[in-house]
Amino acid sequence: MTDVLEHPLDHPEHGHGHGQGHDEHHGPSGLLKWMTTTDHKIIGLSYTVTSVIMLVIGGLFAEIIRAQLATPNGSLVSLSQYNELFTMHGSVMIYLFAGPFAFGGLANIIVPIQIGAPDMAFPRLNALSYWLYLTGSITMLAGFFTAGGAANFGWVAYAPLSNSINTPGAGADLWIGGLLLTGFSAIFTGVNLCATIFYLRAPGMTMFRMPIFTWNMLVTGILILLAFPVLTAGLIMLYCDRHFGTHIYSVAGGGVPVLWQHIFWFWGHPEVYILALPFFGMVTEIIAVFSRKPVFGYKGMIFATLSIAALSLGVWAHHMFTTGVVLLPFFSIMSLLIAVPTGIKIFNWIGTMWRGEVWFSTAMLMAIGFLVTFLIGGLTGIYLASPPLDFFTHDTYFVVAHFHSVVMALVLGGMGGLYYWGPKVTGYLLNERIGKAQFWFLFIGTQVFTLPQYLLGLNGMPRRIAVYPHDPQWKMLNDWSSIGAAMVGVSTLLFVVNVAVSWKKYPAGDNPWDAQTLEWFTTSPPPHHNFYRLPQIRSERPTWDYNHPEHKSLAHGDHAVAAPAEKVPAP
Amino acid sequence: MKVEAKMLLGLGLFFGIMCAVYWNWSLENAGGVMMFAGMLLCFLPGSYYYFWSRRMKARPEDDPNATQASGAGVVGSFPGTSIWPFTLGMGAFLVVLALVFGIWFLVPGLGLVAWAMLGGTAEGRRGGKV
Repeated sequence: MTDVLEHPLDHPEHGHGHGQGHDEHHGPSGLLKWMTTTDHKIIGLSYTVTSVIMLVIGGLFAEIIRAQLATPNGSLVSLSQYNELFTMHGSVMIYLFAGPFAFGGLANIIVPIQIGAPDMAFPRLNALSYWLYLTGSITMLAGFFTAGGAANFGWVAYAPLSNSINTPGAGADLWIGGLLLTGFSAIFTGVNLCATIFYLRAPGMTMFRMPIFTWNMLVTGILILLAFPVLTAGLIMLYCDRHFGTHIYSVAGGGVPVLWQHIFWFWGHPEVYILALPFFGMVTEIIAVFSRKPVFGYKGMIFATLSIAALSLGVWAHHMFTTGVVLLPFFSIMSLLIAVPTGIKIFNWIGTMWRGEVWFSTAMLMAIGFLVTFLIGGLTGIYLASPPLDFFTHDTYFVVAHFHSVVMALVLGGMGGLYYWGPKVTGYLLNERIGKAQFWFLFIGTQVFTLPQYLLGLNGMPRRIAVYPHDPQWKMLNDWSSIGAAMVGVSTLLFVVNVAVSWKKYPAGDNPWDAQTLEWFTTSPPPHHNFYRLPQIRSERPTWDYNHPEHKSLAHGDHAVAAPAEKVPAP
Repeated sequence: MKVEAKMLLGLGLFFGIMCAVYWNWSLENAGGVMMFAGMLLCFLPGSYYYFWSRRMKARPEDDPNATQASGAGVVGSFPGTSIWPFTLGMGAFLVVLALVFGIWFLVPGLGLVAWAMLGGTAEGRRGGKV
């Protein structure tokens, strides 16, 4: 029998405390339950755990790379092993960690609950997404177990280098195959997110009352649908070039190698925002809750997100300035314009904290760490959008440092998201003391590891080299960078220790943070189909309105009437 | 539905303008075609939502004054558990491995895919296990 879900209010007897067994399903248990589940919370948790494992694997590759670079003539790995390591470090982090962690993991769990939906719109498609993601990850990493080793053409797989003559072997094909699988998984998740948000909102949850995280996930879903099919098509053409004798990307047969770069970056730059927007959303929620204030500039935040999405389709070739065949002024202007909505977001985050009662919990510290680190990464991005500066720094460590500032900011935001939403998913809090230690290791480690790389890049050290000339300054900067990377590694260990130490130790209750949005209205963890009952939704923070009727949110456009200032007697 | 329609049509319009400027200025076809397709991808669902938003009254989730009771009734049908996504995923895995290790992987791969298609469709008609 299909589980026809009726509205919670049809069964008013199921209040809190009552009917806890209402939705107990006597389905399969154990491994079979995991294999057959269509519950968005279990799928999301599988996504989260898998992607954190990928973060650890990708992090291990990074630690080996930094150990190799700690000395000029490092001999920890061979030159070809080094190529495999940096390729798979980038691939694992971008394709298998950052995206799936955000839109497959936390968004999968949180978005339906934030809008009062019983599940994702297409639960079986959602389960398929996870299986494609898991098998895609296994496929990509299986390259290490083949005779020729894993893919070694860099995570961007530029055309003449990735053909069958320059990169023979199964590793590269496994890389392509893994990406096909994870690409389809992302597309299905994008469809699911858009359909859920358009069709399964609770009554009264209008579009302009959705939490910012849900808004950002909607825009992410649209961007996934715009960008990922392009990559999948490009990969199929690359496979045809390698095996079926087509000449789409080779000059010899009349093809155009730069076409690969166009296709790859037409996916690749929207992908940057697909990675970043979910974390922007997490940070917005965290900052609002822990400043005890509504989000400052709610609509401005949404329009900033939408304009980032709109502009993101017109900036791809700023990765290709040095190819000499792209329209420099167009891409430079469009890339610089992206700084405007991003600046609005930074301004609004500070505005949300301004005169709030800031509670420096671990999640809030991570969010503030995100702000600082993302600002460094974002500002150096503005330099790189200028062609003359890009010609000077292209393919140097300056670029490496720029995007590591950005993605390490995302790691900080994502860790904040885990500390903030973890209690909702598991029902248990994490240890705050270890959490704060983790924050300081992660935050300081990130700066120690990226800031020297900016200087290295300006001094001319190219990226993707395993050995470098004896130069005391380069050696010192590389050493600092390696120390920072080790600190980031320690912070990840602290997170694992924290999960082990606080395992089922600190019960969270339904709403440990006195939060604002709908997911904190239900139990922790939420029941099957999420809600026993729903509050009236009259603003973008229904849970807050319910818990604090004396401080209800004002409708947009209404302003609080300031109490008349006390007359200060003249001296 | 109005906000959804306006958002998608607005994005499509922006992509259209950007595409026209870029294509005429750069005369580079790959990016022009991809931006044009991006515009169409926004117009397609956007015009669908626009069409319906003019022909139906506001849904409870579009009504700022809706009470929870207005959403009463059947929300949708959600399968409880299903093995077919797993079967389909493993089938797709084997099909992709056929690209790398040999064409014979297609036999079990396509077999699983076909089995999952039949099973999933039958389950959809019958209703999944709860």
